[in-house]
Amino acid sequence: MNTYPARENWRRIKNQIAVIIIILLALIPTLPLFFILANIIHEGLRSINLDFFLHLPAPPGETGGGISNALVGTFIIVGIAVIIGVPISILAGIYLSEYGKDSKLAEIIRISADVLQGVPSIVIGIVAYAWVVRPMGHFSAFSGSVALALMMIPVVVRTTEEVLRLVPDILREASLALGVPYWRTVMKVVLPTGMVGVTTGILIAVARIAGETAPLLFTAFGNQFMTLNPMEPMNALPLVIFNYATSPYEDWWRQAWATAVVLTFMVLLLNILSRILAKRIAGEK
Amino acid sequence: MSLERLPIIFRTEDLCAYYEDFMAIKHINIKIPQKQVTALMGPSGCGKTTFIRCLNRLHELTPGARITGSIYLRDQNILQLDPIVVRRRVGMVFQRPNPFPTMTIYENVLAGYKLLGIRLPRNEADEIAEWALRKAALWEEVKDILHRRGTFLSGGQQQRLCIARALAVKPEVLLMDEPTSALDPKSSLQIENLIVELKETVTIVIVTHNMPQAGRISDFTAFFYLGELVEFGPTAELFTNPKDPRTEEYLTGKFS
Ligand SMILES: Nc1ncnc2c1ncn2[C@@H]1O[C@H](COP(=O)(O)OP(=O)(O)OP(=O)(O)O)[C@@H](O)[C@H]1O
Ligand SMILES: [Mg+2]
Repeated sequence: MNTYPARENWRRIKNQIAVIIIILLALIPTLPLFFILANIIHEGLRSINLDFFLHLPAPPGETGGGISNALVGTFIIVGIAVIIGVPISILAGIYLSEYGKDSKLAEIIRISADVLQGVPSIVIGIVAYAWVVRPMGHFSAFSGSVALALMMIPVVVRTTEEVLRLVPDILREASLALGVPYWRTVMKVVLPTGMVGVTTGILIAVARIAGETAPLLFTAFGNQFMTLNPMEPMNALPLVIFNYATSPYEDWWRQAWATAVVLTFMVLLLNILSRILAKRIAGEK
Repeated sequence: MSLERLPIIFRTEDLCAYYEDFMAIKHINIKIPQKQVTALMGPSGCGKTTFIRCLNRLHELTPGARITGSIYLRDQNILQLDPIVVRRRVGMVFQRPNPFPTMTIYENVLAGYKLLGIRLPRNEADEIAEWALRKAALWEEVKDILHRRGTFLSGGQQQRLCIARALAVKPEVLLMDEPTSALDPKSSLQIENLIVELKETVTIVIVTHNMPQAGRISDFTAFFYLGELVEFGPTAELFTNPKDPRTEEYLTGKFS
């Protein structure tokens, strides 16, 4: 039995080496994330202080100032995008999962959503410019929200459909057997049961659109001042990064890094939040 | 007990049910007596589920499914009624317990009102909930945790919660499709005892594969085979003295 202990050992060592190599290879995709985080934190963190969040941008060339208007702007622009996009998406998701199912129309909607999801964000920006900015005659936060809503709709439609499909049929039947009409069953049983999943989808979509720059360049446009009026041009975090990074002023470059830190951590937080929610769904099953 | 003397609650005439072109149950004529337990038996795939789902018009929800013939609930042909109305009068308990996961125990019991947007006065709601839970022999176990999720309960308790939920809308008939087949023996027995008590309140039509169970709880048994109603009569008679050779073969375990 024990004639080849050396060979046995060698086999075990080879096995362990293989495992270590696999782990190292698996770590490769996570490296860029760490480099990115390390890089922006290194460049941006020292410009972040309370004033940075509370102050308006300084005039060009002057040092100091903050991004208060862009923070508020991002919340407003994304908020309006959610208000426009979410109801449409949820209704479309409900249609696909509960009514359209395998019909032609449902298939067309699914394909359209997938294609829309693949449209480059700069093209979405141009479309929003043509549909909203030109007829209105000026840039506005609202037009930016329209662009972002167009980007989030396909994501939320497809996740809503997927989540609602996962709701077991026996729950629909339980409700129908109580004499509850189908549409009420959908709104009061199916949708609430899938709500955590739908919310996860919305958070993922918000995380995606919150950092988009291209759709805002010729819609929300940017603004050095504070405005709460969605019909006016408005600043947003990605626009700050874009405008400051391409400016000739060294202080603005620093602030662009700092804004990148803020934006990245916001998006990261949203992603973590959606993960936690997704875990909760998995736990409930 | 003889069938002729009892008041009849359900009567089908030449009832056929299809999935697309496939005829799953064929020309069924049956009279189901009121406030009795009627068991439906037969080998797997013989159409028991299909038949029971015709009685509350759930069958037609399956794409491509349809029904011909008539089903009289008392004197009304339910195929000509609004399915919503039929389902309020004919409740159902399913094979797997299916409480609503987003609702508490209390809300689950009253789901038949809540989901329809019917607002009950607080004390009336409490009364109905307690009545239904007592009827389902669950009250003592849950009276202190009414505001916890229904899905926290054990399988047997969940099934009794589903029975309470069905009873709360005061149906005339309760359909049960193998209500104990997903449960452990102890929970099954609890539900069996419950069914026997419930027939004072409602008519029960129960699908079961379990012969001893049918023997313990049912007054009448219908034997289905390949979509046909082969034999129907008082359970004791059908079990001891089957008239059709197919019933006998089934009872002696020749096929299942
Ligand atoms: N959704 C469906 N589409 C097509 N055929 C179906 C469908 N549901 C059931 N059938 C068929 O109808 C027949 C009767 O099925 P049913 O489920 O009523 O049988 P059952 O007696 O309840 O069986 P079991 O004891 O296994 O529950 C079977 O041949 C089955 O294959
Ligand atoms: Mg069945």
